[in-house]
Amino acid sequence: MTQPPEQTAPSRLALAHVSKSFPGVKANQDISLAVRPGEIHALLGENGAGKSTLVKIIYGVQRADEGQVSFDGRPVEIASPKAARKLGIGMVFQHFSLFDGMTVLENIALGLDETVPAEELKARIKAILDSYSLPLDPDREVHTLSVGERQRIEIVRCLLQKPKLLIMDEPTSVLTPQEVERLFETLRQIAREGCSILYISHKLHEIKALCEAATILRAGRVVAACDPRIETTQHMAELMIGAELKHLQRPAASKQGAARLSVERLDMPGEPPFGTSLKGISFSAQAGEILGIAGVAGNGQAELLLALSGEHLASRNEAIKLDGRPIGLADAGARRSAGLACVPEERNGHAAVPDFSLAENVVLTARHRLPLAPSGLIRQGAVERYAGEVIARFDVRTTGPAALAGSLSGGNLQKFIMGREIGQRPDVLVVAQPTWGVDAGAAAAIRQALVDLAAQGSAIVVISQDLDELLELSDRLCVINEGRLSQARPVAGLKLEEIGLMMGGIHGESHEAEPAHA
Amino acid sequence: MLEWRRRREPSKAMLYLSPLIAIGLTMLTGMLIFGAIGYDGLRAVTAIFVTPLLEPQRWADLGVKAAPLIMIALGLAIGFRANVWNIGAEGQYVMGAIAGTGVALLTHDMTGWWILPAMALAGIAGGAAYAALPALLKVRLQVSEILTSLMLTYVAVQFLYYLVRGPWKDPDGFNFPQTKMFSASQTLPAVAEGSLVHLGVPLAILLALVAWFVLGKTVAGYAVRVVGRAPAAARYGGFDANRVTWAALLAGGGLAGLAGLLEAAGPFGQLTPQFPVGYGFTAIIVAFLGRLSPPGIVFGALVLAVTYVGGEIAQSTVRLPAAATGMFQALLLFFLLATDVLVRYRLAWKARPARSAP
Repeated sequence: MTQPPEQTAPSRLALAHVSKSFPGVKANQDISLAVRPGEIHALLGENGAGKSTLVKIIYGVQRADEGQVSFDGRPVEIASPKAARKLGIGMVFQHFSLFDGMTVLENIALGLDETVPAEELKARIKAILDSYSLPLDPDREVHTLSVGERQRIEIVRCLLQKPKLLIMDEPTSVLTPQEVERLFETLRQIAREGCSILYISHKLHEIKALCEAATILRAGRVVAACDPRIETTQHMAELMIGAELKHLQRPAASKQGAARLSVERLDMPGEPPFGTSLKGISFSAQAGEILGIAGVAGNGQAELLLALSGEHLASRNEAIKLDGRPIGLADAGARRSAGLACVPEERNGHAAVPDFSLAENVVLTARHRLPLAPSGLIRQGAVERYAGEVIARFDVRTTGPAALAGSLSGGNLQKFIMGREIGQRPDVLVVAQPTWGVDAGAAAAIRQALVDLAAQGSAIVVISQDLDELLELSDRLCVINEGRLSQARPVAGLKLEEIGLMMGGIHGESHEAEPAHA
Repeated sequence: MLEWRRRREPSKAMLYLSPLIAIGLTMLTGMLIFGAIGYDGLRAVTAIFVTPLLEPQRWADLGVKAAPLIMIALGLAIGFRANVWNIGAEGQYVMGAIAGTGVALLTHDMTGWWILPAMALAGIAGGAAYAALPALLKVRLQVSEILTSLMLTYVAVQFLYYLVRGPWKDPDGFNFPQTKMFSASQTLPAVAEGSLVHLGVPLAILLALVAWFVLGKTVAGYAVRVVGRAPAAARYGGFDANRVTWAALLAGGGLAGLAGLLEAAGPFGQLTPQFPVGYGFTAIIVAFLGRLSPPGIVFGALVLAVTYVGGEIAQSTVRLPAAATGMFQALLLFFLLATDVLVRYRLAWKARPARSAP
């Protein structure tokens, strides 16, 4: 519920004809938009549409080449994020800037422009947590927290500054439905109190549920401004990608064959002190099947992926079998050679080396199954050819195989990584968060590629916190919770709420139930 | 106002230019410092950095000084690329020389073509074995190789002092602390009759080419680079970080040991307490000056060789203290690390914020 805006009140944020170019790219051209006080305003667009640049201009990270930014009716120059915060602009980034080894309180203190005594800061944090009913323990160390909880730290950090405009960059990518609903309640409450919210996302039904206005960007320009409550999702998606949205093409009847990957009573202690232990994990994935594993972040997904990829070895060789052959004690390279490929959640530094070129990143995982380095000598030509194929087939926006992986946007790098693995035609592919932070068009392409790979007889395991994605992709679904995996159930007939409850409801509730002293 | 701006991608040009800028800044600063304390600053810098290049009779000396630096720095660069910080090359260099000298003393009464290769192998083995200690401690017990390799250097030097004063002292050496002179079969031949340049110089260049090829073109070299840059990605890609740590330290120790043996069997012709001259430490500067790349290291070794030879010239002509060489080398490392910022950042005039609405 929002108040009807007073017609006379000036816009909280107004951009007039803002343009910004980088060498070779016009990131923003002639962009105008206005956000009213207390309005939740969506900024929609594909990767590379210019959302990030625009937001960076508003938050003072970049400066516009041309155009005028006004705040509360006054023209302003936002020279730095500090200046933006002084104006009353807060931002929650997609990738959190938190120190894992420090507590919530310490992280918040580090992000503040002024120095506040710890006790006072704690009291202020408690007050905010209470008034928005956010479950979060200020004394926990960040590495023990789920993604949803980490996001709350960033939100609290912003709210401490009493912002007038809050920028949220892709905030729901990794939350459970209940967590999303809770976040939306928080955002609605923030907006009711008069703070405007600029909400960046590509999840259209969320925008429909939350936002009152939307500005759609494509290729650096505003292509439409609309009221998402009225506009259809389909139409907004088409405006955003500038073409008709392709629906997932699934084979009429999925013909499922023999079990290709089977895991039996896999136990693995979590890395001390806070890793999640895997307890008696059993499942199998059949040829032609996509098996979804849902769950709230931090319930053993990362550990499960490492156990399957061979980065952590099982204690028994029989715990993991590929086409009936035990591989529980085989290392990552041997498992790849045998036909098991994995894609971890973290792209930079795990699935890819940011300082390496795309061609060099091909060598990282494709050398086992493709003749890229027979007898230990890297065949540069073959490597570049394969990188080029991946770039072409998955429409990776980049200058070519020589581009550094770190120079690609998150979505483009993900397309490249997925393409690198799918192109090797693995017998079993295990992917975590295949479309995290990827725009709608690219996400559709990645999902289609997964479906096609399964149709060719591979078994696919998708570990994701994005339930919509799992429901769209999977044939069967199971849930991981505190290191245990539920029975897999056919997706047909499964209700969203049921799965949400299997995932443990609203994460963080249990911490709040503990007496919050100390 | 000038300000630092982050580059979108690290600058390739600056990657290669910043060492040259660092050399320029070193010369300028050295000139100012020696000028300020009463020397002719310009002459001092000219003597150190320019004279060795202009006088052809010094060139052989440059090569002889550069060769051990190239070999040691190659090994260090492999380690540094893999995030293995072997600071104890000096100790491995000494141990390589000791092991090779051991073979020389055993074979002193023999002749044959095989003696020198056997000494070289012993040198490599000695250096590698000495680097295996930090490797073992690092892999098994997670002990920092920076500390262990550095501390072991002093043990090696003391061991050398003990040998040349005790069991290995030349009985006909008038009680000087030194070993017997190596025989003809145990001394490195010169590349040409009457030249100072010994066989180690072309060997160093050859090793640089091999290292360049291995680092850039093989899966083994890729493993070294990926383990250093992104350990999690390396594990994901099926590379074993412990194996890379072992390989990097053994390669570094082996190359330092070989350099030590070549120095003993070349310019020295025996072991004396003056044998450790700090090449193992100077090679750290060489590795960074050369951007941890083998061709760069050849260049970097030549620059540092120039400062060694130039330092000697400056002692006699400008009467600079011997410590001046070390000071210039330290300045060089300092500026090298400082100018590294140019690779990822650029200097720009502070732009005015957008104001002019059309």
